[in-house]
Amino acid sequence: MSATRRCFLRMAGSAAAAAATGAALGCASPAAATRRWAMAIDVRKCLELDGCRACIDACHQAHNVPAIPDRAHEVKWIWKEPFERTFAIEDPDTVTAALRGREVLVFCNHCDNPPCVRVCPTQATWKRDDGVVAIDEHRCIGCRYCVAACPYGSRSFNFVDPRPFLVHTTSEYPTRTRGVVEKCNLCEERLAKGQPPACVRACPGGAMLFGDLRDPDSEIRKTLAARYSIRRKPELGTRPQVYYVI
Amino acid sequence: MLEKALAGGRRYWAWIAGLAAVACAGAWCYALQLQTGLGMTGLSRDVTWGLYIAQFTFFVGVAASAVMVVLPYYLHDYKVFGRVTILGEFLAITSVVMCGLFIFVDMGQPSRVLNVLRYPTPWSMMFWDMVALGGYLILNVVITRVSLEAERNDTAPPRWIRPVIVLSIPWAISIHTVTAFLYNGLPGRSFWLTAILAPRFLASAFAAGPALLILLCLAARRWWSLRIADEAIRKIALIVAYAMAVHVFFVLLEVFTVFYSQVPEHVDHFRYLYAGLDGHTALVPWMWTSACLAVVALVLLIVPSTRTSEPTLAGACVAVFVSLWIDKGLGLVVGGFVPSPLGAVTDYVPTWPEMMITAGVWALGAIMVTGFFKVTAEVRAGER
Repeated sequence: MSATRRCFLRMAGSAAAAAATGAALGCASPAAATRRWAMAIDVRKCLELDGCRACIDACHQAHNVPAIPDRAHEVKWIWKEPFERTFAIEDPDTVTAALRGREVLVFCNHCDNPPCVRVCPTQATWKRDDGVVAIDEHRCIGCRYCVAACPYGSRSFNFVDPRPFLVHTTSEYPTRTRGVVEKCNLCEERLAKGQPPACVRACPGGAMLFGDLRDPDSEIRKTLAARYSIRRKPELGTRPQVYYVI
Repeated sequence: MLEKALAGGRRYWAWIAGLAAVACAGAWCYALQLQTGLGMTGLSRDVTWGLYIAQFTFFVGVAASAVMVVLPYYLHDYKVFGRVTILGEFLAITSVVMCGLFIFVDMGQPSRVLNVLRYPTPWSMMFWDMVALGGYLILNVVITRVSLEAERNDTAPPRWIRPVIVLSIPWAISIHTVTAFLYNGLPGRSFWLTAILAPRFLASAFAAGPALLILLCLAARRWWSLRIADEAIRKIALIVAYAMAVHVFFVLLEVFTVFYSQVPEHVDHFRYLYAGLDGHTALVPWMWTSACLAVVALVLLIVPSTRTSEPTLAGACVAVFVSLWIDKGLGLVVGGFVPSPLGAVTDYVPTWPEMMITAGVWALGAIMVTGFFKVTAEVRAGER
């Protein structure tokens, strides 16, 4: 079912409150197909909250992401990486002091031209009309071709059964089995209800901005117009839709 | 016709039994892997493909190499290869079956593997690899079946088989090209992002495959008195020599491009493989072994006297095979993953069960090749 149709049905059938927020997010009409969700991270605001894990915890709890201690078998949807690694900077000494050695948030970029989608042999991962790169974990055969194709290391494979490693289990979202790939889904389940992603909602500093890039009046467009932003490996032509406002 | 593989002496059966035992041990380890998941292997978040996919890649090459005996015989009417083409094709069948098994044991959800057929995805190279390998398997099964039948009945093969055989020639090239495309279409993996990859795959395949074929021919000649002319073996040795030289040349082209341009994300993979990166040196001894064996092999193959004498030729073939097995069956896949897109350097060391599963597939392949060569030997013994 397409995003448009799902939004439309929810709009038609469910509560007015959801409809109101849905309208605010742009999931309100069949014209939702023309939306293009994107995320902007205000890196400085994020860094002010040193050691904060609010978005990570919120995401991982909302999606039953296991806490596997073995780094080799780790599953993660959103996490922090050193700035230099995130942007493949060769000479860390020349990075501005405010960012040097500091960590920034990384997660799926929901690329406009996603290589993971191109390579998947079963169409178990695909790009929706609204830009969300989604996964059907029930169709995934676990070949890990998408993991090889992702230039950002955003995808995790369930090397072991994830269920024994769940800290809090929520019934709102499915758990996964071993042998399938998973990653950030931009909270498609929340978008369908007209809510912003869990990480955005959880951020205490307002450092994560989510919105529709096709709407010239959206807050994200205004922020990107006003401030300098960078993206991860734009030279690869994947057109990532997560912007880092510096 | 396959029943002819059942006529063997005690040593023959002891060999088969030994291989079957290894295959069973592999199957047992695979049962373990089914229960615990791929976490049982040495694979990790950063190195998500390892021994299995590397073996797959290597054996696609061995499969494709049949073309090196088929092409001269059918397109150039090079009669000396008349008695070895079928052996090359049997080796191809075996290799494709092994490839399928290596892919299968690598799947996280093997029960869903038919999803590839249920949702055919023409923009995925894995789909085309399946089409190419499946087609190649069918072609070779038909070709060997018909050719051997004709040989047994001492008749000429039916005319319709010739276009099928001719079709198998470009098809062989295609299987390894598409396998290279699996790797070199990925934007973030600089190690594979090079147009020389497919030619390099083909060159190494046309060295490793025929080298293995020579070793098998020498063995079959000794143990089952399968008649294979010295001239045929010498000619295949010449093919190995050229292919190995081209392979080394291609690798050096890559080395120049990478190190002269000095683009870090290209250099890092080579540094990891040949010098180690951030203190991680797991593959360094392997890669240098491969490089040294390549040089030894080249010398033995280029000098005419060592190429034509049987013991040194056998040594050269072992050197070629081992060198390229390390290069492609280990370095090429793992090297592409280290460093990771986020710059992490993670060594990959296969676990024992993982190696046992791999050995099990090898053993199955050895059983198949033994059986096929046995059948051929029996059919030809009947001619006399």
